[in-house]
Amino acid sequence: MNKIIKYVFYDIIRSKIMIAYTLFLLLLTIGLFNLGGNPDKAILSLLNIVLLTVPLISIVFATTHFYNSYEFMELLVAQPINRTRIFMSEYLGVACSLSGAFILGVGLPVLLFGASLTGLYLLLTGVFITFIFVALAFLASVLTRDKAKGIGIALLVWFYFALIYDGIVLFILYYFSDYPLENATLAMTALNPVDLGRIIVLLNLDVSALMGYTGALYKSILGSVWGIGLAFGLLLLWILVPILSSRRIFSRRDI
Amino acid sequence: MKNLSKHTFILCTLVLLLLADVAFGSTLKVCKTCTYTSVKQAVKKAKAGDTVLIQGGVYQEHGIVIDKPLTILGQNKSVLDGNFQGQIITVLADNVTIEGLTLKNIKTSYRQDDAAIRVVERSNIRILNNTILNTYFGIYLQNSDNCVIKGNVVSGRDVTGLNESALGNAIHLWYCNNADISNNKVSGHRDGIYLEFVKESEIKNNLSQHNLRYGLHFMFSDGNVYTHNTFRKNGAGVAVMYTHNIRMEHNTFEGNWGAAAYGLLLKEITNSVIKSNTFRRNTTGIYMESSSRLDIQKNQFDKNGWAIRLLSSCIQDTFRLNNFTGNSFDVSTNGTPTMNLFENNYWDKYNGYDLDKNRVGDVPYRPVSLYSMLVEKVPPSVMFMRSFLVDLMDNIEKVMPSFIPETLIDEQPLMRKMNYDNDTKLTQVIR
Repeated sequence: MNKIIKYVFYDIIRSKIMIAYTLFLLLLTIGLFNLGGNPDKAILSLLNIVLLTVPLISIVFATTHFYNSYEFMELLVAQPINRTRIFMSEYLGVACSLSGAFILGVGLPVLLFGASLTGLYLLLTGVFITFIFVALAFLASVLTRDKAKGIGIALLVWFYFALIYDGIVLFILYYFSDYPLENATLAMTALNPVDLGRIIVLLNLDVSALMGYTGALYKSILGSVWGIGLAFGLLLLWILVPILSSRRIFSRRDI
Repeated sequence: MKNLSKHTFILCTLVLLLLADVAFGSTLKVCKTCTYTSVKQAVKKAKAGDTVLIQGGVYQEHGIVIDKPLTILGQNKSVLDGNFQGQIITVLADNVTIEGLTLKNIKTSYRQDDAAIRVVERSNIRILNNTILNTYFGIYLQNSDNCVIKGNVVSGRDVTGLNESALGNAIHLWYCNNADISNNKVSGHRDGIYLEFVKESEIKNNLSQHNLRYGLHFMFSDGNVYTHNTFRKNGAGVAVMYTHNIRMEHNTFEGNWGAAAYGLLLKEITNSVIKSNTFRRNTTGIYMESSSRLDIQKNQFDKNGWAIRLLSSCIQDTFRLNNFTGNSFDVSTNGTPTMNLFENNYWDKYNGYDLDKNRVGDVPYRPVSLYSMLVEKVPPSVMFMRSFLVDLMDNIEKVMPSFIPETLIDEQPLMRKMNYDNDTKLTQVIR
């Protein structure tokens, strides 16, 4: 298994896309930290970009990678290796290389310019989001054999989590505004890893004071070690559910 | 004729000076080796117009009642320690001056509101340059007119985690007219400066910080002038209510940051001027409810959560020549406030253009964003702050406004930030 991971990992690292991704994140982060002056503000701007681009790049890259290495996987399947092992190695190889790029591109400057608990949360959130969206990409890829269709599904998934879901929740909040919705909002944000990550970081920044009663409620739940553990546990669940279900589909299907 | 009046004037002055000398009376000294070894003793012996001079040392005294016009003067850091027994000085006479003392240790008393210095129904009292430490109420004036409270330091304790009812106010005035409260530093109490039914007074150059509730709190106090004060890091900022005809100028409201904190909370304030103040890093810069005919101009709103929250119950307020920079929301409202005028403000979020180079933008600016309205209407939606959808929504609304109130609009936004020291010319031109 390690051997396959290593192979996938080196294969990806050699590609120009990964270098470009790392450089993009690196330049962006350094630029933001040098522009604002205030590290808190830079982390806030960074959060916006991380939550938009990281899922998009992760999901698109992972899907295309999956389809491109289809032949390699076929070759491996012909060997006496367990299918789930092949699949998990592919997953870990892609996810680790993408989060490695993220840690290098964002983590290094954050450590240099704005090392704080919030920065750490931002990093952790970014890594989790990468793992989650690679898992979702693999799920999209095993659902269909058509590459175009697979990428289409992957993009739709990204679109759903980045935009549509928030729209639906805002719509619900607006139409049921006569009811106390604080707890419902809490539950609904837990159903979107992007929102969850955003809130974990936001609650640790100054702007949390603007969030009034709802913010205070969130803070009372997510402010403790237990709450943070719960939030990251939820994110972990968001990795496990898609990757385990896609592994199941992959190991059972006719290649 | 002119000469004669001049002579009369000099003569009068001389006579007055002579009289003043007589009225000045004798000086009773208090120290460990003097005739009087306690302040209470000296006050009892003193005649009207005398001076009680305390020449250093610590006196464990409380319940000093001043019932004749005296001057109590502290030298060499004289300390009156109330020892948590009760009120230290109670003034029951007109024309009393209390100066240069350090008063400390007043117990929290829920029943009688003990203070370091209490003035009861008197006038012309001067409380100058005292240091008041660790008290329940610091300076408490009731029904007393023409009083001066100047240069005092009233400092309580660390208020974090304390209950509001366990703390008194640093400077508390109730039914007092023509008060002069200036150059005081107050901290660590419930309210820094509390005024109720205080009219025609001047509050100047004070610093009020780290109080549990409000830095400044007044109600039913018409015709007061507040200038050059600083209100910093108070639990809930500054709250003013039910008052007309006030002027607030050159004050600084900063660091009032918390879920229920306000730089300046206005409730039913009318016909007043709020000018040249600085609002920096407050959760809400100005919160306005049922406030009308206010002239809000030349203020700086910098890095606040909400610069202005204008509830729909406000009418005929004018916002001119203000700077709005780095605020999360510039203006938010819960409905459609009517007849409020925004004009010639600088908004850092404005991205219009100025073709005729008259330093006024050619396209109007709408300071209310769609999301800020949504947050007012559905508070839980604040959890979507900074999400991609919200940014998108705001930008679409900016291009094609359809939900935000038509009336809240700055038709002539400034292109450049106002620099109030140098831009007087520009101000005049725009006027």
